[in-house]
Amino acid sequence: MIISLDPRVTRAAIEEENTIEPLRALDQWETYEVFHQKRRGDQHMHVGIVHAPNAEMALIFGKEQFGRRGLSVNIWVVKTRDVFTTEYDDSDIFETVPDKQYREAGGYKVMDKINKFKKGLKSE
Amino acid sequence: MYGNAYIDPNDKAAMMLAGEDPQKLAEFEARIARGEKIEPKDWMPKEYRKQLIRMIEQHGHSEIIGALPEGTWITRAPGFKRKLALMAKVQDEVGHAQLLYSAAETLGKSREEMINDLITGKSKYSNVFNYPAYTWADACIIAWLIDAGAIINQVANAKGSYGPYCRALDRICTEESFHLKYGHDNVVTLATGTPKQRELVQAALTRWWPPIMHFFGPSDKISNHTEILMKWKVKMATNDDMRQQFLNMYVPKIWDLGLTLPDPNLKKNAEGKWDYTEPDWDEFKRVINGGGPCNAERLAVRRNAEERGRWVREALNTAESKYMVPLA
Repeated sequence: MIISLDPRVTRAAIEEENTIEPLRALDQWETYEVFHQKRRGDQHMHVGIVHAPNAEMALIFGKEQFGRRGLSVNIWVVKTRDVFTTEYDDSDIFETVPDKQYREAGGYKVMDKINKFKKGLKSE
Repeated sequence: MYGNAYIDPNDKAAMMLAGEDPQKLAEFEARIARGEKIEPKDWMPKEYRKQLIRMIEQHGHSEIIGALPEGTWITRAPGFKRKLALMAKVQDEVGHAQLLYSAAETLGKSREEMINDLITGKSKYSNVFNYPAYTWADACIIAWLIDAGAIINQVANAKGSYGPYCRALDRICTEESFHLKYGHDNVVTLATGTPKQRELVQAALTRWWPPIMHFFGPSDKISNHTEILMKWKVKMATNDDMRQQFLNMYVPKIWDLGLTLPDPNLKKNAEGKWDYTEPDWDEFKRVINGGGPCNAERLAVRRNAEERGRWVREALNTAESKYMVPLA
């Protein structure tokens, strides 16, 4: 038995040469992705994952892990396997081209026309 | 490394790149050189994945095992406020282990595999935690100086190339700043207290100095291997650089308190670097390979906790659970 400086260890009567069955797959359950909202009015943001046996416990663990310093007002959890994602390999789908300027505010320049028009009015 | 060129198995740098697609490798290295992060599903060299898993996993184990010597003192911490603070710190450390295990998981090693490798002694953890915390002052020295060392290491690694590890470290560093303040506060209380308190903290400091000097590891051999790991931003600073940074930041603070360090050669030299007696690396190797005063106890306690909690975890599990590697 271990004689330890830690009274709890000694009381627990732990054998030093204890051996245990290795943990099997899913011993630590599956994972949930955790999203939190820092303040009311903010977007929820992904902050990490927790291992949990169900959504209810994922919320408890999520709050303990990511919200224990009062930095969250709300938490969402979703099973990792329920999240659909794009692939980084396909990131070219997010690329855009200069002739898509019509999507941007900067693609519209009216002052030239207005000034030209005003000049025209004056000279009449 | 395509073609039929013979790779010398003793050439570590060549071996670590053997069989990698040169074009993908070039793109990968260019991404890192541009300061972009690597994300879990990106292509990465096998050696990059292997080294990161090893490093992040060991870091996670250190947090878990590090909570043991400190946890020893929760019930005996002097006063209610210190008990609460120490409990909060120990909870943080275990939380850090979970963040780190998650980051390592994104690279393809499950948490069960990591825990199995810890409790069978296959994986290592920080060597300092194989030493006991004899007195309350030991717990204070750990909280101040071991956490200070950890912060130097973590701040450096937080600028590394692997996204999930950096994100975990950013969160960890924020919390560690409380640990450092808390530890410093405790040491200052003892060092500015009664002669008995000063004696207690001086004895703890003297005991912990050799493990603290070991903390950053032996001098790095300047090999091609290290060079590649630094190019890939897996390793961000050499062990000696981190040790120098630690000495520079903390020796003056220790001396400020009128405490002494058990190394007559410790001083800042003309070039602004710290001279010190070379730590006993044989002792370091002996302890890391199982010969320290607490190695057996730490792992036995860990195995015991896994075993006694198993029925709860199993009772909660449901048949439809299915594991998938976490996203980020």
